[in-house]
Amino acid sequence: MASFFKPQPQTAKSTPKHVVDPALQPWVEKYRPKTIDDVSAQDHTVAVLRKTLSSTNLPHMLFYGPPGTGKTSTILALARQLFGPDNFRNRVLELNASDERGITIVRDKIKNFARQTPRAQTVSSDGKEYPCPPYKIIILDEADSMTQDAQGALRRIMETYARITRFCLVCNYVTRIIEPLASRCSKFRFTPLDHSSSSSRLAHIASEEDIQIDDSVISALISTSAGDLRRAITYLQSAHRLSSSSEPPTLITPQDIQEIAGVVPDVVIHRFVQTLGVEVGTDMQVDVENKPGNAGFNRIRTEVREIIREGYSASQILLQVHDIVVSHPTLNAKQKSSCAIIFAEADKALCDGADEELWILEVALRVHKAVT
Amino acid sequence: MSLWVDQYRPRSLEELHYHHELSNRLRSLASSGDFPHMLFYGPSGAGKKTRITCTLKKLFGPGVEKLKIDQRIFLSPSKRKLEVNIVQSNFHIEITPSEAGNYDRVVIQELLKEIAQTQQVDLNAKQRFKVVIINEADSLSRDAQAALRRTMEKYMSNMRIILCANSTSRLIAPIKSRCLLMRVAAPNAEDMQTVMQHVSKRVGFDLPPDVALKIIEDSGGNLRKAILCLEALKMQSPDLSGALTIAKPDWETYCHKVADLIISEQSPARVMEVRQKFYELLSHCIPPATILKTVADRVVERVDDAIKADVMHWAAIYEVRMRIGNKKIYHLEAWVVKVMSLYKHFFYGMDLTEFD
Repeated sequence: MASFFKPQPQTAKSTPKHVVDPALQPWVEKYRPKTIDDVSAQDHTVAVLRKTLSSTNLPHMLFYGPPGTGKTSTILALARQLFGPDNFRNRVLELNASDERGITIVRDKIKNFARQTPRAQTVSSDGKEYPCPPYKIIILDEADSMTQDAQGALRRIMETYARITRFCLVCNYVTRIIEPLASRCSKFRFTPLDHSSSSSRLAHIASEEDIQIDDSVISALISTSAGDLRRAITYLQSAHRLSSSSEPPTLITPQDIQEIAGVVPDVVIHRFVQTLGVEVGTDMQVDVENKPGNAGFNRIRTEVREIIREGYSASQILLQVHDIVVSHPTLNAKQKSSCAIIFAEADKALCDGADEELWILEVALRVHKAVT
Repeated sequence: MSLWVDQYRPRSLEELHYHHELSNRLRSLASSGDFPHMLFYGPSGAGKKTRITCTLKKLFGPGVEKLKIDQRIFLSPSKRKLEVNIVQSNFHIEITPSEAGNYDRVVIQELLKEIAQTQQVDLNAKQRFKVVIINEADSLSRDAQAALRRTMEKYMSNMRIILCANSTSRLIAPIKSRCLLMRVAAPNAEDMQTVMQHVSKRVGFDLPPDVALKIIEDSGGNLRKAILCLEALKMQSPDLSGALTIAKPDWETYCHKVADLIISEQSPARVMEVRQKFYELLSHCIPPATILKTVADRVVERVDDAIKADVMHWAAIYEVRMRIGNKKIYHLEAWVVKVMSLYKHFFYGMDLTEFD
């Protein structure tokens, strides 16, 4: 009984729960640019925005461009620089597709927020001075997934409260934003990142995280991610996780990156393409039965089944076969263009949710027919 | 007594029989404390689900095996009630949002936010986060996928998402770029052989290699199917000897019958007959895409080489129309008529180009 009252040993009074351990944070968040000067590439946009920082006058803005080019990062960094950490919460409203954004939300939440007159406050807690202009910012992330009605309801709101509220729409496809909204905003196009700026950013992160990577890995990252910096950083982090947790820790190789990115290995694709009758690079030894041109229906079908069983994604296969065919040295223009039609049709079909095996087979058969 | 498939399913990463490299990766990820969002993809019966449960066990310990099944009711924007079944333990939750059909977005938004905004309450839990498993992620609607995007980033500290899909083609790029992709390929013949030998040893009998080979050939890389098949054969003839025939499912023989009908005669009356059979199949809930594929496979086996490619071509075309369209039977029939005319014209040696 006495033992019951004995002071219990303090069991693991852990650190405050709400703080995220920076080591566990995704690097995408950890290395989000803090100021707009940190934003990689996008020189034109950054130059314009820097000017607005000094004049503290901001138009309504529409950011568009492919994923991972820094749209959300830019507007968040800009808002942070304008308002500072204290005012950020009550001056910025961020809504994205995970929030309900039907017409009712536009009518209530956005309108109410837009209506409030911001309070003035100039001295910030961290001692720095922020411009803190007399307006609020509403960020509508992923605006292309808003309904037409909701966008329509925004039109008048944007004008009525223009004195005290600025809108920033962020989207991938500018064509899905209705014309009246687009014309009220100044548009900024974000381009896919070029090789040098992505590689410098990746190298920066690698050095911060103390990872040894060589140039081949960086170029593998960039080529698999096709200008999407977020994807490249995620891949890098995943590869690092894998390599550092294995015993003993190994260096990251380009093959790791390809595996993580879900790229079909060149060997598999080359064998597949050869079955279709397309000659590929001479550095591979071609065994007799793989000689192009003699493939019948059944061989192609077994090959397709094989590749589907391996679990590769159809769109990835399509992409890689396309790359080989289009840049092929000996096929003539007519063959290439008829192949291109097939790829386009197959891509559309896959987007509509067609059966992968059927369509890869279809592509294989038709490419075979086109090139022989 | 449960099925062998469930009874002898590996429970931990160490017990897995094939894809050792993948298991090693999962093990190291689970023990590093730095666990990303993940996307498992691969053909069915390759062991995606098994790997996910094993990983969870590695992450949280045996507690994840205490499952409870729950039914939650969500309200769609138009106040319609949606019932969704949820499997959960203290550490994870498993949902199949495609059950809610068009309203899967509502389920994703409400459920994920609710989970994401509460922290792990169990202080003894090994991990600070909870795991949400989303099954059939490739049938999520665009809206639902868009709703996932920012949630995955924002609530990273409280929650990890594991998506399970047959293919990544239907997932939008932003989702893929936020996940660590894990490809689970179908096991090859040797792997399947070892697994089946293992199962039979656990049950307590010897599996003759030729029977195993036969089953493997029939299963087409689907391990679940192979083991179910093995169990069925064992029930049929306990000593697994003599001429064993692997019983095909009813619908498959039925589909083959349809194919034979198409080949043997091409006439309007025959089309009507085929229609009857299609209705029969559809009313037994066989997915139309599967019907089309099975029939097409059978037809292709029996026709001349010259029109094989065409048969498959039209199968592909009508399959995609079936997805976009509303009434499946139209497209099935259209394909049948197409194949019949192809076949007939081929026999009479007519040029078809004007009829396309």
